[in-house]
Amino acid sequence: MLRTFRLAVCALSAVTALVSTGAVAGESRVPKPAITIENPGKCVAPVDEMRRNHMDMLKHTRDKTLREGVRGMKTSLNGCIECHASKKTGSVLGNENFCQSCHSYAAVSLDCWSCHQPKANFKATGALPAGHDSPTGNASTAGAKQ
Amino acid sequence: MTERNQTEKNSDKSTAARRNFIGAVAAAGGLAAIAPGIHLVQVSQANTPPRPAGEAASKAVRWGMLIDTTKCSSGCNDCVTACATENGINETVKDARQGSQWIRKIDIKEVKTGRSHSLPMMCQHCANPPCVDVCPTGASMKRADGIVLVDRHICIGCRYCMMACPYKARSFVHQPLTDQNPEVPRGQGCVESCTFCVHRIDKGQQPACVETCTKAGHNAMLFGDLNDPNSEIARRVAQVTTTQVRADLKLDLGVRYQGI
Amino acid sequence: MKIEQYTPAEERLFYILLAFGGLVSVIGLGAAYYMEHFGHVVSGMTNQVFWGLPHVFGIFLIVAASGVLNVASIGSVFGKKVYKPRAPLSGLLAIIMLAAGLFIIMLDLGRADRVLIAATHVNLTSVFGWNMIFYPVFFGVVGLYLWTLMDRRMHGYSKAVGVSAFIWRLAMTTGTGSIFGFVVARQAYQSAILAPMFIIMSFAWGLAVFLLVQRSMYAWNNMELHPSVRQRLKNLLAIFIAAVFYFVVVYHLTNIYYAKETAFEHFILVSGGIFPVLFWGGYIVLGTLLPLFLLYHPAIWPKSGSVCAASILTIIGGFCLLYVFIIGGQAFPLDMFPGMEVSSTFFDGVVGTYTPSLPEILLSLGGLGVGFTLTVVGVRVLHFLPQDDLAKLQDAGHAFD
Ligand code: SF4
Ligand code: SF4
Repeated sequence: MLRTFRLAVCALSAVTALVSTGAVAGESRVPKPAITIENPGKCVAPVDEMRRNHMDMLKHTRDKTLREGVRGMKTSLNGCIECHASKKTGSVLGNENFCQSCHSYAAVSLDCWSCHQPKANFKATGALPAGHDSPTGNASTAGAKQ
Repeated sequence: MTERNQTEKNSDKSTAARRNFIGAVAAAGGLAAIAPGIHLVQVSQANTPPRPAGEAASKAVRWGMLIDTTKCSSGCNDCVTACATENGINETVKDARQGSQWIRKIDIKEVKTGRSHSLPMMCQHCANPPCVDVCPTGASMKRADGIVLVDRHICIGCRYCMMACPYKARSFVHQPLTDQNPEVPRGQGCVESCTFCVHRIDKGQQPACVETCTKAGHNAMLFGDLNDPNSEIARRVAQVTTTQVRADLKLDLGVRYQGI
Repeated sequence: MKIEQYTPAEERLFYILLAFGGLVSVIGLGAAYYMEHFGHVVSGMTNQVFWGLPHVFGIFLIVAASGVLNVASIGSVFGKKVYKPRAPLSGLLAIIMLAAGLFIIMLDLGRADRVLIAATHVNLTSVFGWNMIFYPVFFGVVGLYLWTLMDRRMHGYSKAVGVSAFIWRLAMTTGTGSIFGFVVARQAYQSAILAPMFIIMSFAWGLAVFLLVQRSMYAWNNMELHPSVRQRLKNLLAIFIAAVFYFVVVYHLTNIYYAKETAFEHFILVSGGIFPVLFWGGYIVLGTLLPLFLLYHPAIWPKSGSVCAASILTIIGGFCLLYVFIIGGQAFPLDMFPGMEVSSTFFDGVVGTYTPSLPEILLSLGGLGVGFTLTVVGVRVLHFLPQDDLAKLQDAGHAFD
């Protein structure tokens, strides 16, 4: 049983290796990530460490900041964005840009951007929330007044 | 980085100094003689010191708000607009009932006497928040300094907190969003509510609504530390009759109303 | 096991049923995906009424799941012989209905992709959080119970496990009822009576579902339920229907008694548009009076189909009651400023309206589809047809007590 399992694992890794060398040699249809480092040498940690641990660092910051209120930590998502946003599009998202290019290459889904703003220096505008066109009491659309 | 810390420290000192100064003036002038209008302007502009980098929010602080309904007029939406701008609430929804409202103006009229008031309503930052009690994942949470927040990283969007909140303070985001303020992440499928502009408070600023209300000269909103006996808000709460909405629930609210 | 031999026609019917159930489930899944993708804008739910049709269906299934186990409990916990052959089917249905209910509720989450978080981060002060523990354990205990029933070597444990399942399911339904019972904010909820009320509702709805399934299985096999067994079960159903009615009356009477709730009661019972209609027409007439009539009228109840019709009516009534309870409870505006008239841009003081949209309806039906498919498969693969050993029953004489 165990032997079969080991064999299977070996076979699988061999296949994976083949496929990935293919990718490196440019034979695969998966484009290599286009990682442009806009501000090289300024990162909060060495590249190797960032590659391996950025998610844990960000998660640590996220919990500390949101739940405990600690500000000004070494790593911060907004810090990443400010530095890594593409000079062209201003964003870390987009097939060519820092976060997305690598994540789609590694096939790891990115969940940050359904809530976080991916553009550097983005200035949000405000609008009166829906229903404010007339100052108050225009709630008639919701049904009969109680 | 270091530069920012420097400035933070400086402003820390200067604000603290200013606050002490104001405290002294108030003491000298005699507490009974408070002219709320003038005094309120001064204090609202005096920001609380920013918390130094790396320091967690403190239990010693209890952020709170006092709303003077006698100064709030029906039809004025300044605080609502300020909130929307600050927090990037800018999406258009087809059905107004599906839109987010962190702060809203409510007009109330006493049925018997016809006396009416207008007031802003938002998350009351309960000390015993039902939303936090019911949240299955712990996404609804109260920070040490009394600010109630939704940790959208673990919110599953079950809306149980909306069921539990007596103030309808929470909104569910019904659609994908793109134009968030970098400092105020918010997105589809999670529940959200007023944060007291936590990102501003931590920098020593006032919530956007309070700042705007004061700047516009209405002076209907006052923000500060309820636990600090020298703070303007603590003193006002000690002097005038203030109301907690649905006080019967004994939730010990951070937002108090005056004049209703 | 003669009756387990299927004719080709039956074979075909089986696969048709399977395909039908599968299709409905897949459509439900698709609807859920659609809702996740575009957000809940495509639903009829709003920030005023944020729990909608999926919650009505989901909660119905979860409540009935606990009740359907009742049949097994009466057999093994209270030792009534008529119920014993029905225990496996009852256990199977319990598991299936809970799964179907959770399917709907979980897929309706704003972030359904995070269901795992619901399991890994449990807030123990939350009633919802407790339920995250109740449900998996329920699956486990009932699964174990089924094993003790079906495996001869395990028979000895069947009573002990049956008792645990019984207790656990009471706790679970208490938990479901308490989801609402602990909501202090709303006039409709926050009442200690909700927990027992949900338990009784689970008895009635669960038994109704059980009777329906059993009836279909018997019809499939060209069998008739023994009249005395039938009478026993129909009496039980009638008692449960009456008990639910009693609790509903008490719930509303106590609300009317407290002055601050009278406006809410007036809304639900008289002025609230669809809600009074569903309450009186759906729950009281269709879901309570009519089935009681069918079950007790001496000329009607012995007729074939009467118990079946009563069960269907009970289920319809249950849905109406839950709809009024869940949707009506949210539609009625929060009373933040007693004695004041309020108006705002956020619909304060305004009755909420709710119209379920197609994706919600499909998702809800998808849950039923999942339950249906699993039942068809389970019943066929696991031979769960309740078979009464009539000779034994009659020998025992007192067995029907
Ligand atoms: S007002 Fe509502 S959302 Fe805010 S803390 Fe209280 S219960 Fe929670
Ligand atoms: S919607 Fe989010 S914050 Fe609210 S109770 Fe559910 S998980 Fe908690």
